Amino acid sequence: MSAPAPATGCRDVPVLAERGQHEVFCGLTGIIWLHRKIQDAFFLVVGSRTCAHLLQSAAGVMIFAEPRFGTAILEETDLAGLADAQEELEREVDRLLSRRPDIRQLFLVGSCPSEVIKLDLSRAAERLSARHAPKVRVLNYSGSGIETTFTEGEDACLAAMAPALPDTDRRQLIMVGALPDVVEDQALDLLSKLGIEDVAVLPARHADSGLAVGPNTVFALTQPFLGGTLAALERRGARHIPAPFPFGEQGTTAWLAAVAREFGVDQAHFDAVTAAPRARATRAVAQAAEGLRDKSVFFFPDSQLEIPLARFLTRECGMRAIEVGAPYIHRGVVGPELDLLAEGPLLAEGQDVERQLDRCRAARPDLTVCGLGLANPLEAEGLATKWAVELVFTPVHFYEQAGDLAGLFSRPLRRRAALRLEAAE
Amino acid sequence: MKLSVWTYEGPPHVGALRVATAMKGLHYVLHAPQGDTYADLLFTMIERRNHRPPVTYTTFQARDLGADTAQLFKTACLAAYERFQPQAMIVGASCTAELIQDDPGGMAETMGLPVPVIPLELPSYQRKENFGADETLFQLVRALSRPIDRSAHVTCNLIGPTALGFRHRDDITELTALLGDMGIGVNVCAPYGATPQDLTRLGAAHFNVLMYPETGEAACRWMERELGQPYTRTVPIGVGATRDFLGEVAALTGRSVALDESRLRLPWYSASVDSTYLTGKRVFIFGDGTHVACAARIARDEMGFEVAGLGCYNREQARMIRGLARDYGVEALITEDYLEVESRIAELAPEMILGTQMERHIGKRLGIPCAVISAPVHVQDFPARYSPQMGIEGANVIFDTWVHPLVMGLEEHLLTMFREDFEFSDDAGASHLHAHAPSQPIRHAELVSASSPQPDTPNQEEDWTPKQVRGDGENSIWTAEAEAELKKIPFFVRGKARRNTESFAAEQGRAAIDLETLYDAKAHYAR
Repeated sequence: MSAPAPATGCRDVPVLAERGQHEVFCGLTGIIWLHRKIQDAFFLVVGSRTCAHLLQSAAGVMIFAEPRFGTAILEETDLAGLADAQEELEREVDRLLSRRPDIRQLFLVGSCPSEVIKLDLSRAAERLSARHAPKVRVLNYSGSGIETTFTEGEDACLAAMAPALPDTDRRQLIMVGALPDVVEDQALDLLSKLGIEDVAVLPARHADSGLAVGPNTVFALTQPFLGGTLAALERRGARHIPAPFPFGEQGTTAWLAAVAREFGVDQAHFDAVTAAPRARATRAVAQAAEGLRDKSVFFFPDSQLEIPLARFLTRECGMRAIEVGAPYIHRGVVGPELDLLAEGPLLAEGQDVERQLDRCRAARPDLTVCGLGLANPLEAEGLATKWAVELVFTPVHFYEQAGDLAGLFSRPLRRRAALRLEAAE
Repeated sequence: MKLSVWTYEGPPHVGALRVATAMKGLHYVLHAPQGDTYADLLFTMIERRNHRPPVTYTTFQARDLGADTAQLFKTACLAAYERFQPQAMIVGASCTAELIQDDPGGMAETMGLPVPVIPLELPSYQRKENFGADETLFQLVRALSRPIDRSAHVTCNLIGPTALGFRHRDDITELTALLGDMGIGVNVCAPYGATPQDLTRLGAAHFNVLMYPETGEAACRWMERELGQPYTRTVPIGVGATRDFLGEVAALTGRSVALDESRLRLPWYSASVDSTYLTGKRVFIFGDGTHVACAARIARDEMGFEVAGLGCYNREQARMIRGLARDYGVEALITEDYLEVESRIAELAPEMILGTQMERHIGKRLGIPCAVISAPVHVQDFPARYSPQMGIEGANVIFDTWVHPLVMGLEEHLLTMFREDFEFSDDAGASHLHAHAPSQPIRHAELVSASSPQPDTPNQEEDWTPKQVRGDGENSIWTAEAEAELKKIPFFVRGKARRNTESFAAEQGRAAIDLETLYDAKAHYAR
């Protein structure tokens, strides 16, 4: 039902593991979309002024509604042990919750400084949960840069929610990963048309969504960076449905097919439901990808979306991948993607940004996918770039967004072609 | 522990980054975990710099903590030297590295690198961004400059402009021309555009121009003491300040003041009858101490505004700002808490805010026009066109920038006369702006939680209830008739009218505000 896999995929190719300066965000950054997704949650980072400044700079001027996140900034007295950190935290949380009575879930988010001074946030969460139960549930996870890279923050957050979910014996599907509401609704609609009705979403938009988990639960990931959540759900007895990720027409079809197989949906019905959106997606991708055919692409590590996106760009947009760098490669999660990615590109895990820049400059790719810190400097060197962070902040999953996804990559090239900034010849 | 939603300043190592990024030939090795590299995008995106900041982050991870983070630092330091071949290096720790106490300065010293390596001690848990920049420049100057012969003709150094500064790029151009008109050359501008080698030549200048006390004062004090160079105290933002500054320069150099006023437009624009409507506009001013002090003088003396309140976020300038507030007969607000600034503005209900990007958003929510006068900055504070704050052109730019958000003179009258017009009413906002004025001005209580319902319980710290602030609760002393009349007043003066009427009623001991009281108050405050 899907396009065939290449004769030799990338599952077994050796990976260049690098260690050096990482030009990536830490896991705290995930708060920027998670706090909008989970509408009754507050994310309290226990950290330094740097953490607050990072959140502000990454989200910063984009969101000026009072955000449902904040930073409890550690001060000298906290570090010197003069103040009891647990008491201090309780005081700040009390104040916060009295000001925001709509908050039902509070995440205490660990940071580099809180990890280094070994502040016990799980104990704090337990104490605070007891204090504010049943109205507010307090959970904790780490978004620190010494442990997490960018999207791993979402993974840590969802993994922290898994043990706290109620038990159920229901036969159900959980779709795992924070998606824009509009995309989530489209996916649920497709699943429902396939006849899969008992579908829940992690993270749920509200605490009282009734989300539960148990041995009859199966789950599919919509994001490739959720390895920790996968393990946490398996510990609750749920079973993972391995699949490529729903990017592009092929990825979406393969993802839906894996779920449909699990629920015994017959092929004719599957084809009937997916035919129209598949055709639409194929058309949209073809149109948007016009400028991408035969162009080369180079991925700097950023969000762990790199491997699925390289698969999409090479198989559906006709691009050639030179290097696919990912902060972390979780084979249990991206294995099906690696099978579909034809052998050829260099796979790199981790980063030494200076060496990678040397490779990138030598390769002179037509398009470089990289973080915001590198994009303008590379543009100034004459390389076309696509900011990777936009791929996390834009609706790109499933059929109806496949064309938009291709468009995100083709726009920088179209723009270069459109500008006439030199003197006329 | 202190809960913070938005911060006005970053940590001190970001200040050091601003200095390093402004300079050439300098490299900064920062002992820091993964994630701290976010700071790069401040420069590459907000300021649209076309190069990476000259920083190497050691990027240690949890697994390194048990092992050898010190070795990691040394490796990174050596690799950075070999790759970038800088003239000098600065080394230091970010907040997390400060906790693991690897002593980057001490380690770098033992490495025997063939260039000056300057250690930075920036206490992350006590100080902030401006301190970090000021201290970094000071350490660089102290390490690299020494007494040398003065230049043959009169020159000065421009001290304080950094990367990511509010209009620093254009202020340098403006000041250079201004001083050039008096026959004074610029010896070195630092840190903006300087190399470490340039810093060794600082001593050749006859005096220093302290452009921004926030980021250059420690260096200027040191050079005054060690190199015998006096420095200017006046920051030349505004017409009066520019004249005073040149007077100060004349006194320091013995040259006579030369100021080409042929391009200076602020005084005439302000005097022209079209500006009459600016008279007595109540403004609230907030930002860094230096820009606030300059803005207050311009607002009162050069625009004819009334300063309704002022304050700053950098405690280093608290004393100066408190003194200034006394002169203006208002209470100073010294805080780094965005919510406190918001509630002070809501309480004062000014007609305009002169603030930072934070206040611009407060203004948006409250329906109060705002012009930005100070860092923290945003991508739009780096305009493509020339737009300094200092000197003659700076004054012109300020006039335009401050007038632009306001409703213009005749339009103001038309809105008052025909306020029921469905297209041309106060609900539509000023005709030359995007429709940014909310049709129902949102007051503070609603702001405190834009995304959630707010119960009508008193706010303990501020002692108001949302309904009181909105003015439509049962506690309101406004009669329905007076309330309706109030709503006929255009949005840009309604806040003032409400406030004046309420204080008039309180003064007179009136229990309720009816139509009579409203017009009595109007007569009372007529001017």
